[in-house]
Amino acid sequence: MTTEKESNVLFSKSPTGIQGLDEITGGGLPRGRPTLVCGSAGCGKTMFAMQFLVNGVRRYDEPGVFVSFEEREQDLIQNVATLGWDLPQLIEQEKLLIDHVFIERAQIEETGEYDLEGLFIRLGYAIDSIGAQRVALDTIGALFSGFTDTAILRAELRRLFRWLKDKGVTAIITGEQGETTLTRYGLEEYVSDCVVLLAHRTVEQIATRRLRVLKYRGSRHGTNEYPFLIGADGISVLPITSLELDYASSTERISSGVPRLDAMLGGQGYYRGTSILVSGTAGTGKTSLAAHFADAACRRGERCLYFAFEEATSQIVRNMRSIDLDLQPWLESGLLQFQTARPSLYGLESHLVTMHGLVEEFKPRVVVMDPISNLIVVGTNAEVRSMLSRIIDFLKMKQITALFTNLTQDGRPLEATESAVSSMMDTWLLLRGIESGGERNRGLYVLKSRGMAHSNQVREFLLTDQGIDLQDVYLGPSGELLAGTARYQRVAEEKATALVREKEIQRRQRGMERKRQIMEAQIVALRAEFEAEREELERIIAQGEVQEEVLREGREAMARMRGEGPGYNTESEG
Amino acid sequence: MQTENNATMTEALEAGHWELRLYVAGQTPNSLKAFANLKRICEEHLTGQYTIEVIDLLENPRLAAGDQIVAIPTLVRKLPAPIRKIVGNLADTERVLVGLDLRPRPL
Repeated sequence: MTTEKESNVLFSKSPTGIQGLDEITGGGLPRGRPTLVCGSAGCGKTMFAMQFLVNGVRRYDEPGVFVSFEEREQDLIQNVATLGWDLPQLIEQEKLLIDHVFIERAQIEETGEYDLEGLFIRLGYAIDSIGAQRVALDTIGALFSGFTDTAILRAELRRLFRWLKDKGVTAIITGEQGETTLTRYGLEEYVSDCVVLLAHRTVEQIATRRLRVLKYRGSRHGTNEYPFLIGADGISVLPITSLELDYASSTERISSGVPRLDAMLGGQGYYRGTSILVSGTAGTGKTSLAAHFADAACRRGERCLYFAFEEATSQIVRNMRSIDLDLQPWLESGLLQFQTARPSLYGLESHLVTMHGLVEEFKPRVVVMDPISNLIVVGTNAEVRSMLSRIIDFLKMKQITALFTNLTQDGRPLEATESAVSSMMDTWLLLRGIESGGERNRGLYVLKSRGMAHSNQVREFLLTDQGIDLQDVYLGPSGELLAGTARYQRVAEEKATALVREKEIQRRQRGMERKRQIMEAQIVALRAEFEAEREELERIIAQGEVQEEVLREGREAMARMRGEGPGYNTESEG
Repeated sequence: MQTENNATMTEALEAGHWELRLYVAGQTPNSLKAFANLKRICEEHLTGQYTIEVIDLLENPRLAAGDQIVAIPTLVRKLPAPIRKIVGNLADTERVLVGLDLRPRPL
């Protein structure tokens, strides 16, 4: 019976339904085998195990047995009630069974040999009574504090895990982390198919939860440490990337909301589903550019989700009105949604989860994050980078075009701070203050834009009360950029020069016209002269012809006269 | 079941009765040893004052949860209260007596 079953379930996986984890493990935990979930106290082991069972019942129609060695049934029920998991209902439907195995050391005396057959019988009975396919043992290490004979316990645990395999149930065994070992009682020795490590760390006063798939026999899996969060729906793991970069690439282009910028980007704007980075120092118009992009999306009838980490919704709407961009109608029609929160309020993971949740819920085609530099407050550069790459990946998979703004600091190498994220961006626009002639003006460059011919020109970036305008930037005599007043001056100068040039051209044109007229007059005169000569010649030719005719007629008349005596000729001959 | 227990409990208390339950899982050597050891100890120390109920969990698996049985064999002293549990084949008589509160616990 088991051999056939085993060959069938080889490498088959049991989905956990935990967001992200199934991606890391390529489909879930090994079906029909035990998985060890270990970590320190409060790291979420029990939650993990319970979620595996609850999802099993709800999504995959696999009943589950939860054997709790620590918490009582009522406590478990209460603990997860806030997540909307109605355990009593599942228990009533005979889809879930909770068995609280309580071992009171003080009550127990040991004498002589024993085994843990009682536990096997309880478990077997529970599994059979509801046809369970999933089992959680939380935490089995409690047995070691209940019984003293560790030799027996170890032998029995070995037997238990083998027995679970024979039963064909997918089991989660939780274990408290030991000081030098993965679990305090070395459970990893017995459960060797799959080991998941949970950690709960506090870095710079911000608590982060991490998950790592330490081992997964016979399966490829993500090996990184992934942040996870216990949120409103339980655990969600946020994989950095879906191991492969296999998302579809669209050739569709969408407008940046600024026509001249579209022109710089190969004439058509951004590619759909790409990520765009707009970086610049304070006050260079990043938000304005982002708002135009959002506006353009709404004009196309697409939903836009705008994460504002710095300003309140009303403030952005008001500020954008001053450059003739009214976002209010989009807010009212529901095409535009703002999500405003100071990054420091949550940890990075929390942000990620919130973002994922919102994106799933709102289903935008365009996402704006303004600015991502504020996230650095919450995490280190590396963490922010990994978080952003996860977001970018997630958005790309969904073919959502994302625009990120990034505040760069004055004095620092302009592009260094973004080196972390730039490689993940498809288009990188740089807004820069240009200081000259006692003015500070804004310049816009397209630093890169993958897959399109883009302008290599710097444009002056103007925020006018009619919106964003991009102007050509002029170079001064020594090659410096001219912007603002200097540009106006230059424009005026150029206009004056152009006017002079135009006059000159007109003058020359007139001169040429005159010359042409003279030439034409000469042609007429020559032609007239020629005509006169031609007439004379023709007259002479005609005269000659007449004379010739006359002569010919004379000769003929003479011949006719001589013709009266042709015999004369014969006579004289004869 | 609850009322039944209460009833036997009262009776037992009146008679100064010892109600013992031995949980086993089939006729394993340890189970048989445990039963033999228990019988002997009771005859020696609780003559005429005890009842032994043997529960085979292979026949009644649902009963395991009620007395929180994990190890087999387990002897449960239901009465007199409080409940005591002795795990193992009861090979060590001294420890069984301590476990049943018939001897003071060694310090």
